[in-house]
Amino acid sequence: MQSLIHGVQGFMYPNEVELQWSVLIVLYPFITGLVAGAFILASLERVFKVQAVKPTYRLALLTALAFLLVAPLPLQLHLGHPERSFEMYLTPHTSSAMAMFGFVYLWYLLVVLLLEIWLDYRADIVRLASSTRGWRRWVYRALTLGSSNVSERALRIDERAGYIITLIGIPSAFLLHGYVGFIFGSVKANPWWSTPMMPIVFLFSAMVSGIAVVMLLYMALVKLRGVRIDVPCVDTIAKYLFYTFLIDFSLEMVDLLHRIYEADESFKTLDFMVQTRLYASQVVLQILLGTCLPLALLAVTQIFRLREGARIALYWIAGSLTLIGIFAMRWNVVIGGQLFSKSFLGYTTYKLDFITREGLVPAILLTLLPFAILWVLVKLLPPWLADEVKA
Amino acid sequence: MSLTRRELIEKATKFILLTPAAAAALEALDSGSIDTMPDKYKQAEHWWAMTIDVEKCIGCGACVQACAKENQVPDGHYRTWVERYVIDGYGDEQPEVDSPDGGMHGFPDKNRPGAKTFFVPKLCNHCATSPCVQVCPVGATFESPDGVVLVDESYCLGCRYCVQACPYGCRYIHPEKQTVDKCTLCYHRITKGLTTACCEVCPTQARVLADLKNPNDPVHEFLRNNAVQVLKPHMATHSKVYYRNLDGAVR
Amino acid sequence: MRWFRDAGHLGRVALLLLLGVGLFVVARHFAVPRGFGQYGHYRGPVLKEIRAHPVSYAGREVCEGCHSDVAEKLAGGRHKTVGCESCHGAQAAHANSDDPGAHKPPLPNALALCARCHQQNHSKPKNFPQVDAMEHSGGEKCTSCHNPHQPKPGA
Ligand code: HEC
Ligand code: HEC
Ligand code: HEC
Ligand code: HEC
Repeated sequence: MQSLIHGVQGFMYPNEVELQWSVLIVLYPFITGLVAGAFILASLERVFKVQAVKPTYRLALLTALAFLLVAPLPLQLHLGHPERSFEMYLTPHTSSAMAMFGFVYLWYLLVVLLLEIWLDYRADIVRLASSTRGWRRWVYRALTLGSSNVSERALRIDERAGYIITLIGIPSAFLLHGYVGFIFGSVKANPWWSTPMMPIVFLFSAMVSGIAVVMLLYMALVKLRGVRIDVPCVDTIAKYLFYTFLIDFSLEMVDLLHRIYEADESFKTLDFMVQTRLYASQVVLQILLGTCLPLALLAVTQIFRLREGARIALYWIAGSLTLIGIFAMRWNVVIGGQLFSKSFLGYTTYKLDFITREGLVPAILLTLLPFAILWVLVKLLPPWLADEVKA
Repeated sequence: MSLTRRELIEKATKFILLTPAAAAALEALDSGSIDTMPDKYKQAEHWWAMTIDVEKCIGCGACVQACAKENQVPDGHYRTWVERYVIDGYGDEQPEVDSPDGGMHGFPDKNRPGAKTFFVPKLCNHCATSPCVQVCPVGATFESPDGVVLVDESYCLGCRYCVQACPYGCRYIHPEKQTVDKCTLCYHRITKGLTTACCEVCPTQARVLADLKNPNDPVHEFLRNNAVQVLKPHMATHSKVYYRNLDGAVR
Repeated sequence: MRWFRDAGHLGRVALLLLLGVGLFVVARHFAVPRGFGQYGHYRGPVLKEIRAHPVSYAGREVCEGCHSDVAEKLAGGRHKTVGCESCHGAQAAHANSDDPGAHKPPLPNALALCARCHQQNHSKPKNFPQVDAMEHSGGEKCTSCHNPHQPKPGA
């Protein structure tokens, strides 16, 4: 009975054969996840006063901004009519999770992230506005908003305001990514997505990926700039990475066990899908290579007393594997949720295009774009601390 | 001629955004000329639905063809389609289902002695609480006042969230328009007093358009005298396509 | 007073944000399409636009207005439930034209047409009349023994 036409096995409803959400929609939760995670790491320093991670505070904020600027692009590129996307602002449908994206996004970008960065950098901006020349001077001047008041009192007020914004920012970051999970978790027609765990799992995996990316970026930038790495700082970040990852992994396992035990009408179909079409990306890439291995490596750094060099090397490997694992998780959620028929009687195949609008090349470009933006941001607003030591 | 500011902006927008032809069409709409026939149709007096008697369907595919012709449905996509179920046993066995070209050209015979087999026509269920309408971010898909789920193709973003949200697989993206497309219950026909194209050509009256607000509609008799079922009732979509003789294996 | 002076830059940000919000509200007021929200959260005029779609199938009653002879015949036989356009295809162009004779529909190919509904198939309802078209007709045209409008042979 298992005939193979157009990569279809078994029976799909005739309109289901074509996948609707492509690799670009995989990128979207991946990128917003990095934003939310990076921001939460930055908030750690600010709200919980974890001094050890201070060297990454500004870097984390700039990373969050760079990725946030790119986050809506994959959505935009994927729309059938990108020129109509402004309608989401004109006539947002209050019952639609997606309609709120525009507003959550603007709130997070304008009220939280830009404001926090601006307050934190204001003294630097005012200084740079007078110490630079040419077009850069004009940029900094514009950024001062015409106020060069950097008196002690003004800076104290900034500090206070920044603190409050971070306080607002943490739930906002949770909202931003929990909400991305909700977009999937609230689709009752799709049993692979429909679970109240989805927002929570998305949130924790977001924190994991954000922490990992900031850790990797920090280590890479330190190398590139030839300064001495702040080992206690990366140790602390790695510790946080380990713990959030443990929570994330447990949550995913709870979800999995729940599904296996309940074994509802969709279970056989989904189980078969994981055993076959999703085996490589779910079992091998996401669970074994992308979760168990980095967790084990991080556990080693926590349990055994390793030399500095060995620890850093392990952080590199574990961090990279984590990012691969979280990306695989997004892939398995988004693509996996469309590979089976809602009749539970068949499966289809996802063919990744190459240079079409929703193909591999745009996806790679969109993944690289935040790094380019980050490069500009770092040039414009150097996040380095004054007390760095040359290696 | 004096223009208010609002008119000016509207005129400018039209000029910039629309081709002259489209602008002309819009003007015509405003002056009500599309509606040249006296509009006897009152939305508030209707609540559209459909009944399907599985026992009567002969799988000829006339409905699928007629729908494609009436609504210019693009190749490979279906606003209505017919599935064939072959059920061998009632243990763990999955039913065997197919729908070649949506059943448009009928079905080659499949003789499986001892098996139970039948055809099931499908279409948009015009749910009273539609998951697709719920998720549309901009209000491009909606339930009309007379109970038909429709799409505003000039407003749809093509985000495809509604396609994901439909439990029945009734929506697709129109390959040329790049907007979502689906069964309109032949809204252009039923508001003129005609039946839908699929019901018009159904030779056995397996599918019949129904108006639940019309007290003389035979649908009331049908619902009263038969055990009827909707698809995936656990989705609580309040589907308005009522099936008679629907086997529990149908999904 | 000093507090206000030292928080002045925050005021500028607030002003900028308010300006943005104000611009948005104004722009939105002009950009929301006309008729939006007339009946619900959608463009009201779209209902008329959808209704303006042309009709391809005229409907059985229209045919019966002119072809009363055929209609009568049809109603008297077991094809009574079968609509004209189920066999003749979409004929609104013929039926609704000023000169129907100028858009005379081609007559259907009986063999393919009849077989479509009557070719034996195990999934069809058991009481539906079915034949193995080739064996039953011996390759002859179905219409040489059956009148499509009153299919009982000899009727
Ligand atoms: C306004 C009157 C009118 C209506 C309505 C009408 N027809 Fe006709 N029809 C005619 C005329 C006139 C002819 C031409 C007769 C001729 O030239 O012999 C014709 C011819 C035909 C023929 C071809 C007969 C032949 O001998 O080739 C068919 C088939 C037919 N009509 C089917 C239909 C169907 C199906 C409908 C309903 C959709 C319909 N007609 C509606 C007036 C009408
Ligand atoms: C079961 C299929 C079927 C149905 C239903 C049907 N027709 Fe026909 N009709 C035919 C076929 C087949 C022919 C061609 C007969 C032939 O080739 O001799 C035909 C021929 C005709 C003709 C021309 C010859 C004649 O007999 O006058 C007209 C007019 C016509 N049909 C009108 C109608 C109208 C009007 C209706 C609906 C009231 C209708 N038909 C319903 C199959 C059908
Ligand atoms: C669109 C489907 C359709 C087409 C096409 C069609 N029929 Fe029928 N036919 C039916 C239906 C429905 C019945 C009635 C079955 C019932 O009453 O249960 C029927 C019944 C019959 C009967 C049984 C009549 C009796 O009194 O025993 C014959 C014979 C028949 N058709 C012959 C034909 C022939 C010949 C053609 C081709 C000209 C044809 N049919 C085309 C649907 C169709
Ligand atoms: C040689 C004449 C002849 C030809 C040609 C012919 N039939 Fe028949 N058909 C009959 C006769 C006679 C009966 C009645 C048999 C009976 O009542 O047992 C009949 C009965 C039927 C029945 C009813 C069967 C039932 O179980 O009630 C169908 C359906 C049918 N024919 C379809 C067709 C189709 C389709 C074609 C064309 C492919 C066709 N016929 C060609 C003579 C013919």
